[in-house]
Amino acid sequence: MKHAYIWGGILTIAFFSVVGDVLLARAMKQVGDVHALWRSAGLWTVVSRVASNPNIFMGVAAMTVAFFTLLFALSWGDLSLVAPAAASLTFIGNAFAAKIFLHEKVDRRRWIAAVLVAAGVALLAG
Amino acid sequence: MTFRKYLVLAGVTVFGAAGDSVLSHGMKQVGNISIHDLPSLIFAVMNPYVAIGILLLLTFIVLNMTALSWADLTYVLPATSMGYVLLALSARFILHEQVSLTRWLGIVLISGGVGFIAGSPALTSHLHGEEKSPLLAAKGAARNGAPAPAHGTHAEEVVSSVVEP
Repeated sequence: MKHAYIWGGILTIAFFSVVGDVLLARAMKQVGDVHALWRSAGLWTVVSRVASNPNIFMGVAAMTVAFFTLLFALSWGDLSLVAPAAASLTFIGNAFAAKIFLHEKVDRRRWIAAVLVAAGVALLAG
Repeated sequence: MTFRKYLVLAGVTVFGAAGDSVLSHGMKQVGNISIHDLPSLIFAVMNPYVAIGILLLLTFIVLNMTALSWADLTYVLPATSMGYVLLALSARFILHEQVSLTRWLGIVLISGGVGFIAGSPALTSHLHGEEKSPLLAAKGAARNGAPAPAHGTHAEEVVSSVVEP
């Protein structure tokens, strides 16, 4: 039963981390290239575009849920399992979510990069 | 990719890794804190390592958001994962900790993953691999009297607020 709690926690952390990352990425694409916008319209335009984008706040909220779930999961399972498993699943989940929701071209090269990094993080943090 | 953009990605990597390790060092000095004991939380933030760690992580967030404004999520995440490698290498060469064979293998895999996306186009979602800012693309289109790019709903928004008076 404890095992189910731990893996439920890990999946929840990965899910909300992916949701947070995707919302933040979508928000920043809607804001536009920050360098170009700053040069042409000024810092205030950049700040107001970021602050008025609802996806930013929803992304931060999702990341907050992921953070508190991590705290709970750590009370059920070891850091050496929970942190690397959640980080690895987040990398793989982000590749799927970016392809579906952000319409990124996740080609073979990016899939290999995501899998290698996910495996590397699992080994490094485990 | 311009030099400035590579600098931003390097900044995301370094500030993320530095922020995590400085904050972790500070929290070890502070000791356990409880949600029911708010003064202990304020005391924790007053620790210089905790305060510097928070500042470093805030810089990391700003740089990460900047990178996401001109690069794909599936490009930024692997590109900035070298932070894990930096932490392991600093543990080995600065803190003189033992790094196991498994961890060295992890470093090799992450470095390999970063190598796979290095040199590939940073942005594919809006411009189909063309390395061009949406703002500049829209500006160019407006100047030439051509319609805005097919995926340029955002670019149209930007051009209406920036190019037109």
